[in-house]
Amino acid sequence: MTAAARASVAPTAATVSRLPDGRWRALEIAFWLLPVAAFFVLPDYRVLGSQILIAGLFAVSLDLILGYAGIVSLGHAAFFGIGAYAAGLLAKNGFNEPISGLLVAAAVAALAGYLVSFLVVRGSDLTRLMVTLGIGLMAWEAANKAAFVTGGVDGLSFTAGKLLGTWGFDLGGRTAFLYALAVVFVVLLIVRRLVSSPFGLSLRGIREGGKRMPAIGAPVGKRLRTIFTVAAAVAGIAGALLAQTTQFVGIDSLGFPRSAELLIMLVLGGTGRLYGGFVGAAVFMIAQDYLSGIDPVYWEFWIGFFLVVIVLFARGGVLGGLDSLRERLVSRQ
Amino acid sequence: MAELLSLDGVTAGYGASIVLDDVSLALAEGDSMALLGRNGVGKTTLLVTMMGLTRVHRGRLSWRGKDLAALPTFRRAQAGLGWVPQERYMWPSLTIEEHLTAVARPGHWNIARVYEVFPRLQERRNNLGNQLSGGEQQMLAIARALMVNPSLLLLDEPMEGLAPIIVQELMQVIRRLVREGGMAVIVVEQHAKLALSLARNAIVLDRGRVVHRSDSAALLSDPDTLHRLVAVA
Repeated sequence: MTAAARASVAPTAATVSRLPDGRWRALEIAFWLLPVAAFFVLPDYRVLGSQILIAGLFAVSLDLILGYAGIVSLGHAAFFGIGAYAAGLLAKNGFNEPISGLLVAAAVAALAGYLVSFLVVRGSDLTRLMVTLGIGLMAWEAANKAAFVTGGVDGLSFTAGKLLGTWGFDLGGRTAFLYALAVVFVVLLIVRRLVSSPFGLSLRGIREGGKRMPAIGAPVGKRLRTIFTVAAAVAGIAGALLAQTTQFVGIDSLGFPRSAELLIMLVLGGTGRLYGGFVGAAVFMIAQDYLSGIDPVYWEFWIGFFLVVIVLFARGGVLGGLDSLRERLVSRQ
Repeated sequence: MAELLSLDGVTAGYGASIVLDDVSLALAEGDSMALLGRNGVGKTTLLVTMMGLTRVHRGRLSWRGKDLAALPTFRRAQAGLGWVPQERYMWPSLTIEEHLTAVARPGHWNIARVYEVFPRLQERRNNLGNQLSGGEQQMLAIARALMVNPSLLLLDEPMEGLAPIIVQELMQVIRRLVREGGMAVIVVEQHAKLALSLARNAIVLDRGRVVHRSDSAALLSDPDTLHRLVAVA
């Protein structure tokens, strides 16, 4: 049976539901209630929770270029690190109001992303992998060499200002968690809007048949540069959030392992689905927390194992796997 | 009527090869033209050349009197050249409605008007691009081109591979677009009679050259010439 014929017999199963399409679904609301509930129910895990939120936002920024526009990157941590250092250095040098620091970090990362985008947009997947990898390595080495500014491998410690002049960042992670949650939510609202806009749709068109996009009036290069810049800004915000909530910037924040981990998180969760980054970050970091508790040396074995299983047997990651499971159940009824 | 598109001695092809040889034609605003010829004579290449995707060796293409040469493809589309390629190119992960909103530019054509012309697309608005029949794909390809609000619609073998009943449905729509769509149309078609019944003028290509031009009615009423020009030997 052809796809078209199948679609005509089972129109309900064929109209695949995908998050998001402008309306808020129950699942999506539940998703956002989860961290709120965790805040009250699991007070001991607030530090881990805020790190999951931040890593999730970072993964969403990669999803913007990889999942939506089809740009592969192995150096996305460069923008995360640039945002982190921007916020850290700003605070270190006396300007430590968190929210404006976040905005400055976003602007600096966006500028870096815009400049890099000209190199990334041209070329094939392999070229893009190598260019982003190279940019990431250069960023790391630059931060390492500029130890007099960045602290080099020792990292950069600073004191973050009070949030809205009222709440200081405490060791229990209470302020950090709520701050991260609020910022992540606001940024996600914007990103959500962006990916369902005509611009966002045209990115998916570019990913699925870029050569013909110009014929319907879409400047492919310009659109890819735009989304790369936006993704860099979001990565910068995530980096700045991590810096501010931990009051520390480590040089690993822009290293290659972080870029690779990020890719793993996103693929685990599912690309091109907006929430895949959060799901992947949660799975990855909770597994890391749990498995390394059992066996601190070999936890990467299990992450690697799950990655292989997911990529081979659940295309679209955790969310994609759940989607096809649901479709199968619906069509059986 | 004001001139919309003109080609003046255009020689073009892919890379160093030459497919079109010294082609000239002119089309007025709102006019319609059938582009006929056997397989492989350069009909598609002519449309592709208008969109700026071939190498023009000699000659000049102008759009409302301005030289097109410097305009990249996306600017040509924005300027009003609406190309519906033979391969249709649906996006598998976008719904029908998303196909339309992704490319929309302001003008006469909006989603409501497009749905009015293609009610079937409205019925299936939430279907993904890879869940459509050939006829639906063709309708969506035309609808998507309309959403860019073109002044000239380039249809490349719109009836190819479609069931007769779908061909009839599409013919009605295209006829309506030609008559009251407020835009010029160039239709490339293997079925010469279909194309001639749609368009006011006709041009016949053979091995990259224009070998015949007349109005469609004249060519339709002259079966011998038509047969000689386009029938498969």
